[in-house]
Amino acid sequence: MATVVLPRSLVALFPGAERRCVVPGATVAEVIAALEERLPGMADRLLVTGPAIREHLNVFVDGERAGLATPVGPDAVVHVIPAVSGG
Amino acid sequence: MTTRVLLLVGTRKGAFIAESDGTRATWTLRGPFCEGWPVHDISVDPASGAFLAAAGSPWYGPAIWRSDDLGATWTHSSVGLTYGDGGPAIPTAWNVTAAHGSVFAGVEPAGLFRSDDGGATWSHVVGLTDHPSRPEWQPGNGGLILHSIVPHATDPRRMWVGISAVGTFETRDGGRTWETRNRGVRADFVPGPAPEFGQCVHKLVAAAGEPETLYQQNHCGVYRSADGGATWDEITAGLPSEFGFPMVAHPRDPATAWVIPLNAADHGRYMPDAAAAVWRTRDRGASWERLAAGLPQEHAYLGVLREAMAVDRLEPVGVFFGTSNGELWASADAGASWSMAASDLPDIWSVEALVIEG
Repeated sequence: MATVVLPRSLVALFPGAERRCVVPGATVAEVIAALEERLPGMADRLLVTGPAIREHLNVFVDGERAGLATPVGPDAVVHVIPAVSGG
Repeated sequence: MTTRVLLLVGTRKGAFIAESDGTRATWTLRGPFCEGWPVHDISVDPASGAFLAAAGSPWYGPAIWRSDDLGATWTHSSVGLTYGDGGPAIPTAWNVTAAHGSVFAGVEPAGLFRSDDGGATWSHVVGLTDHPSRPEWQPGNGGLILHSIVPHATDPRRMWVGISAVGTFETRDGGRTWETRNRGVRADFVPGPAPEFGQCVHKLVAAAGEPETLYQQNHCGVYRSADGGATWDEITAGLPSEFGFPMVAHPRDPATAWVIPLNAADHGRYMPDAAAAVWRTRDRGASWERLAAGLPQEHAYLGVLREAMAVDRLEPVGVFFGTSNGELWASADAGASWSMAASDLPDIWSVEALVIEG
């Protein structure tokens, strides 16, 4: 089970969601699928068609930049962090 | 009986609501809503009274937001708001319009989506994307966007949409097939005679009480159609510029409409002579009058975007517009005089007016 840390601006979109949650998944894609099951609509916020992680979001697994196929260990920490963009 | 007038304001940094009474003289402001997302359009579902907002976050993508309590709380959804894994990503929704029991959303890149459950889930109106002209659609300066959705007043099978730099289309079979509706509309940015499509419609609106009467502000002039868009007559004469974005029609009088001319596309796109004015026709575009009392007349480098003007349903009718520098202006006398309802907002992208009697 991975610990996922979500940004405040994302948590705010899902009533009842918390910044930190523990979900199953052996890859980032599986972790996002587990988040979607718990918080319907979450996958739309994280992914574009392809599927691929949204351009202005970064996902890190244990501090390393990750993609959808990146393995997620049983004690991994997955951070979702908005990129520095906007104005 | 009390009268409440609400202005639903979409901005680059969230939705806001300005409220007044029937005098429309003083306003209170609340917001931002929609978590500060950029909001291109807010409309009201005439059946349910729900507020619907078309938005797109640079981080989290497109969504249609919904409020069932006059804006106090909002939810969002984009379930089905996609061209699929083989199609292009949708960065934002530009228009949301409810009619005949359904909700329609226009998105970028240009396409139309439909919801039959109040915006909870969406399906692609494939018939428009399947139009034979689709491979030749090119984006305008603002992108390849479907920004105008005009349902027929009485026939749920009919609808018009406007796409920047592509033009107007109509369906008469509930969205299964579409036809271009650009005859008579100039496209001066391409050589030769006006093409069947490629016209840059900026805003498409329907006249009240006459389902076949349409108006449009175009990149190249202002037009009226008396035959459901089959042919268009130019009504630019009398305006200080052919260029502008918004256009609104009177809620009861099909002969009356308002536009806000801006300097030419390549000359700054602010109000001519930097003197703010709204222009009104009361004879279907045969003549125009300049309405500027109360508006700044010096160094007013104001821009107003396509969704950022609205009318209410009171008598006299209220007219409202929001500017690119965050000013919200209100007229309680059909545009004859103006006062500022709010200032220092983020860039205003849309304004909608709602009257609540009770």
